[in-house]
Amino acid sequence: MLESMSLFHLLTFLKFAVILVIILSVAPVMAWVERRGSALMQNRLGPNRIGPLGLFQSICDAIKFLFKEDPIPGHVSKFYYALAPVVSLVPAFMTFAVVPFASTIEVDGRVLGFQLADLNVGLLYVFSVASLGVYGIIMGGWSSNNKFALLGGLRSSSQMISYELSLGLSVIGIIMAFSSVHLGEIVQGQAEVFRQIGPFVLPEWLQVPKWGILVQPLGFIIFITAAFAETNRLPFDLPEGESEIVAGYHLEYGAMKFSMFMMAEYINMFVASSLIATLYFGGYHGLHWVLNLVPLEGMSREWMRIALELGAFFLKVAFFMWFFVWVRWTLPRFRYDQVMELGWKVMLPISLANIFLTAFAVYYGWI
Amino acid sequence: MSNNSDPRTQLTLPSGITVEHDPDDLWSDSRMIVNIGPTHPAMHGALRMAAKLNGETIESSYCAFGYTHRAKEKLGENRTFHQFIVYTDRLNYCSSLVNNVTYAMAVEKLLGVEVPERAVWIRMIVSEIARVVDHLVCVGINAVDLGAFSFFLYGFHQREEAYTLIEKLCGARLTTSYTRIGGLMFDAPEGFEKELKAWVNRTRKVIDEMDRLLTGNKIWHQRTIGVGVFNKEACLKYSYTGPNARAAGIDVDLRRDQPSMFYKNVEFDVPVAQNGDVFDRYAVRIEEMRQSLNIIAQCADRMKKGPIWAEDKRVRIPDKDVVHNTMEGLIHHFKFFMTGFEVPEGEAYACFEAANGELGFYIVSKGAPRAHRMRIRGPSVYHYQGLSSMVRGEKIADMIAALGSINIIAGELDR
Repeated sequence: MLESMSLFHLLTFLKFAVILVIILSVAPVMAWVERRGSALMQNRLGPNRIGPLGLFQSICDAIKFLFKEDPIPGHVSKFYYALAPVVSLVPAFMTFAVVPFASTIEVDGRVLGFQLADLNVGLLYVFSVASLGVYGIIMGGWSSNNKFALLGGLRSSSQMISYELSLGLSVIGIIMAFSSVHLGEIVQGQAEVFRQIGPFVLPEWLQVPKWGILVQPLGFIIFITAAFAETNRLPFDLPEGESEIVAGYHLEYGAMKFSMFMMAEYINMFVASSLIATLYFGGYHGLHWVLNLVPLEGMSREWMRIALELGAFFLKVAFFMWFFVWVRWTLPRFRYDQVMELGWKVMLPISLANIFLTAFAVYYGWI
Repeated sequence: MSNNSDPRTQLTLPSGITVEHDPDDLWSDSRMIVNIGPTHPAMHGALRMAAKLNGETIESSYCAFGYTHRAKEKLGENRTFHQFIVYTDRLNYCSSLVNNVTYAMAVEKLLGVEVPERAVWIRMIVSEIARVVDHLVCVGINAVDLGAFSFFLYGFHQREEAYTLIEKLCGARLTTSYTRIGGLMFDAPEGFEKELKAWVNRTRKVIDEMDRLLTGNKIWHQRTIGVGVFNKEACLKYSYTGPNARAAGIDVDLRRDQPSMFYKNVEFDVPVAQNGDVFDRYAVRIEEMRQSLNIIAQCADRMKKGPIWAEDKRVRIPDKDVVHNTMEGLIHHFKFFMTGFEVPEGEAYACFEAANGELGFYIVSKGAPRAHRMRIRGPSVYHYQGLSSMVRGEKIADMIAALGSINIIAGELDR
């Protein structure tokens, strides 16, 4: 038993565990970041009583959520009511499986990749699984048998379906530019040097990596806007719309069931941020120059490279998570019909135009 | 369609049956009726709107109120004139100082008491502070209802500082009870003018910052321009006053048009907008705050040392050393608090431009220490009655925006 339990297996198990812990801890950490971050923007302190800088506040919240009474209101459709939080949380977990957060390393003669599943259709998998999340919200809104929850469910279904179109179409540009739907290959493609903007060739001394944002600036703007709508964050938080439809789809939920909806939102944010980093900001690239500064050889150099890649990836993800928080506490909320108008009349035509532009660029060999 | 006076119309159902249909009757067809409030987060816990929805569009609605009714006017007939001051705090609790001042003005009108100069200046200052606080709350809450939370907290920080100033005057932050008939309870402390001016300067900066944050924002424009429109005719029909009327182009401000206190002696502009939508009401309030700060700065310059209470035995609470050391003082004090002072027979209406609009106290006296009849004109009542027609055909989200922009304060609405 022990013999077959090689270092490679150990590392693989460790990898699963670490990824699970990271995803599970996203919600409490982000809850803290959101509270302290909003407090920072609003000239106040935020929670600062429990633990250093109030860091343990989230733990207390989790304990509260777990031990609170979990009532099921009498008027709900019980099966779907109980199912809805699960349905919204599970796809959020599943999406992260294909995101690469470092390149591969050779251990014991076998290649260890830093992602759970190295799918060759990674990007398609992400979109197919992510679009399942909306069912949880619709189920929650419908089964709650509450008028406000119903309105929230209706809003979210139309909003998420409308924006999924632009989200999917904006990514087609990336697929065309890097000729792959494999996330690892897309990231590898971004390690090359960015040579030209349209027909204009950049000078030799300017060594800029070919990150997605340089290749697909328009696509990036559509993607990040649609990502806000997909994760139901301000200025697109209409399914919740606290001041309008009270709390929308999770109005009738309490205790851990509510907390699962909240976790799903934060994990979706995490996935969206990792996708932005992966598709448009070079994924795990960006810190390799540090390797030249340290005198390391052999395996330790390899591990150092992995550590730097992980660092670069999570730094980028953290920035975009912060960006989500930043926008939330700055902008007012759209109205429902305005969101629809923006989605169908502005975002969709632009994302289609982006595909044509990319096709031209690919045809003329600019990308 | 039959004659116009009858709202009922004939409606033919798909099955061919013709029924009488009243567009104002919420229950006349099978549309979804949603009760928005009173526990809805944007309804202040005290308002209710039953809305008939088509999708998210409000087809018709009615507004209900009275959840915080405390019979203030009846209480005014059962309390002495001084005792009623604490009840005025609970009218529009965002700007209780204006209520204090206006009530005192009404009783002084009946009594014919002249208020000393310093007290008048301080009354003007506190009225304007209250106006700034009220407007900060209104635009802040309006923004929160539209999702802009940070904007609200910038304003609320300044509001807390204003309350600290008010606390220095009268020891209370929210329920001030600061005025007395014929004067004020306490004099402004040493160095108050300086602190006041520092606050004015800070608040100016914060209002500019808030202005920059929201006024040019595209989403804010989309959410507010052309939303909850209440034009000039509608405003006149529903007796709108204050910023809500000025946003629709009605150029009325009682501080300028019926100047009480020393408003003739200070310079200020009255901002007027034309469209009467949510954005105009917001913009008018933002500009009014700046004008109020100007007034405060002018008052602080002109305030001089002097008495703060009229030398009138009837209304003035006797000083403590007189009460403790002389028999006449003790008896006076006892009579003052046990029975109150008698107000000559007559009736008086005093009105003042409160933060929300015309606030008036109508008092009928039959010569007793209590009012025979008391009637309060709270602007929120008139504003709230227009809400239903203001939001007909608009979305739920627009209703929330419109409600926030007309600044309904339940204490004043329900009384």
